[in-house]
Amino acid sequence: MSGASLALHQFRFDQKTFWRNPASVFFTVAFPVMFLVIFDLVFGSDERLEGLGVDVSTYYVPAIITLAVISATFQNLAMSVTIDREFGILKRGRGTPLPDWVFFAGRIGNSLVVSVLMLVLLAAIGRIAYGVSIPWDRAPAVLVTLGVGAAAFCCLGLALTGFIPSQDAAAPITNISIFPLYFLSGVFIPESEIPSGVLHVADAFPVRHFFEAFFTAWVGGGSAGGFEWVHLGVVAAWGIAGFLIGMRFFRWTPQAVG
Amino acid sequence: MNPVISVRGLRKSYGALEAVRGIDLDVDPRQIFAFLGPNGAGKTTTVEILEGYRERTSGEVSVLDADPGRADREWRQRIGVVLQESRMHPELTVRESLELFAGYYRAPRDVDDTVVLVGLTEKADDRVGRLSGGQQRRLDVALALIGDPELLFLDEPTTGFDPSARRRAWEVIANLRDLGKTIFLTTHYMEEAQELADQVAIIAGGEIVAQGTPRDLSARNGRVSRISFRLPAGMGASDLPAGLAAGTTAGSSDELQIQAADPVRALNDLTGWALERGVKLGGLEVRQPSLEDVYLELTRLTEESAS
Repeated sequence: MSGASLALHQFRFDQKTFWRNPASVFFTVAFPVMFLVIFDLVFGSDERLEGLGVDVSTYYVPAIITLAVISATFQNLAMSVTIDREFGILKRGRGTPLPDWVFFAGRIGNSLVVSVLMLVLLAAIGRIAYGVSIPWDRAPAVLVTLGVGAAAFCCLGLALTGFIPSQDAAAPITNISIFPLYFLSGVFIPESEIPSGVLHVADAFPVRHFFEAFFTAWVGGGSAGGFEWVHLGVVAAWGIAGFLIGMRFFRWTPQAVG
Repeated sequence: MNPVISVRGLRKSYGALEAVRGIDLDVDPRQIFAFLGPNGAGKTTTVEILEGYRERTSGEVSVLDADPGRADREWRQRIGVVLQESRMHPELTVRESLELFAGYYRAPRDVDDTVVLVGLTEKADDRVGRLSGGQQRRLDVALALIGDPELLFLDEPTTGFDPSARRRAWEVIANLRDLGKTIFLTTHYMEEAQELADQVAIIAGGEIVAQGTPRDLSARNGRVSRISFRLPAGMGASDLPAGLAAGTTAGSSDELQIQAADPVRALNDLTGWALERGVKLGGLEVRQPSLEDVYLELTRLTEESAS
């Protein structure tokens, strides 16, 4: 098989393993949908959020899409690749002629496809259930922002596996590294309710910048076309850092002893 | 014919610990080569160097005419590996797992034939997560075979098998040799080596302590047959004829054992004496030294010299 068809072959099986795993489907697909519904129930009203010019329902659609993309990329890869490494699946694969890049292409491809599906699903729920309009005129900005964010968080998730010592540590380490950032960055709580000092802390991390960029792409209001180039640049820089760290610290063999 | 595997002076250190201390090995084509040794003897370290998973500290290694430390994907087309411990995606079926791996190779074996070969026909459409330990191990072997390799590494392939599953696995492995494969088998089951191997090497304390065919090793210099029996109550070794009493030792419980270089003569003396005196010999048995005896003795010697 040529490189591209081999990558497609690998991707097909990565899709099967993903969709057949109840935990990955629940956390990546059902969880964000649940968050969108619950946050709307709890905080929803017709009032406009101070300084943002949008209501709560409109706010949460891009926020939860941001969460869903990070979940499908960063969280999904950090956990599933660590578990597969500890199972010896990665080590076994390295005993075959499978090129390393095809392995990564299959997994990253899977994360990207799931990210796009979540975009479609959450946008549809937002439109149908809450009347949040879909920004068709800013579609290029939405897709580019999603692509940059998804790629960067794939790199960061793969890099994180190098620092997870065992299968049991995969979920706690992944969640502890990302959940506080959802709170601090305005993904869970509208940023009009968050003290500016906290937002400054969040500015040091990529979740906030990805959310800012995606929020503008979704609701408009920034520069022409909804592109937030500075925020996208910061997200991309984090992605490159993740890539370099991953190149250095990624491990193929089980790390837990006994 | 060039050997498939050739190793000269292989050493591997982990910090101050020298796990492999200068070993030589030759494995000829179409052979089953059994690599025996207790846990911690350097078996897996050696195999993983041959498989290209680990770097060696020094020495020369050639596997299929290439250095596994620098081997490329072409080389990986020609080998199959069953690791000591590895699982497969529990979400895929047996057939899907094999289809996935078949895609990695230029000229893979037929998936259905391979399922039959390892005896998983009934389970072909079951998820891997639902297989028993023994069935998962057979899937491991099938995955190693799917690329139709010339050389197969099997690292303790039957650990945890029940006796009948082990028998079936042996048949599969013997069939592979008949298909023309070379098999490098590590095991700590002596019967497995005795049953399957054309050549055996025993490693202990990081060194090869014996090498040869199972028959050669069993008949090593100084190895003797063992005659065991029980005497009626009240009799002991001192009642035996002088020539026999000297070579007799107490075995387990009330059993006596005679170590005999010439078992025919010793047995003749013993039974002649017993018939003449009307003594009943209980549980009379003559045993050839087995590979296991040699193995236990050699590994015991290594442990003693280490401590």
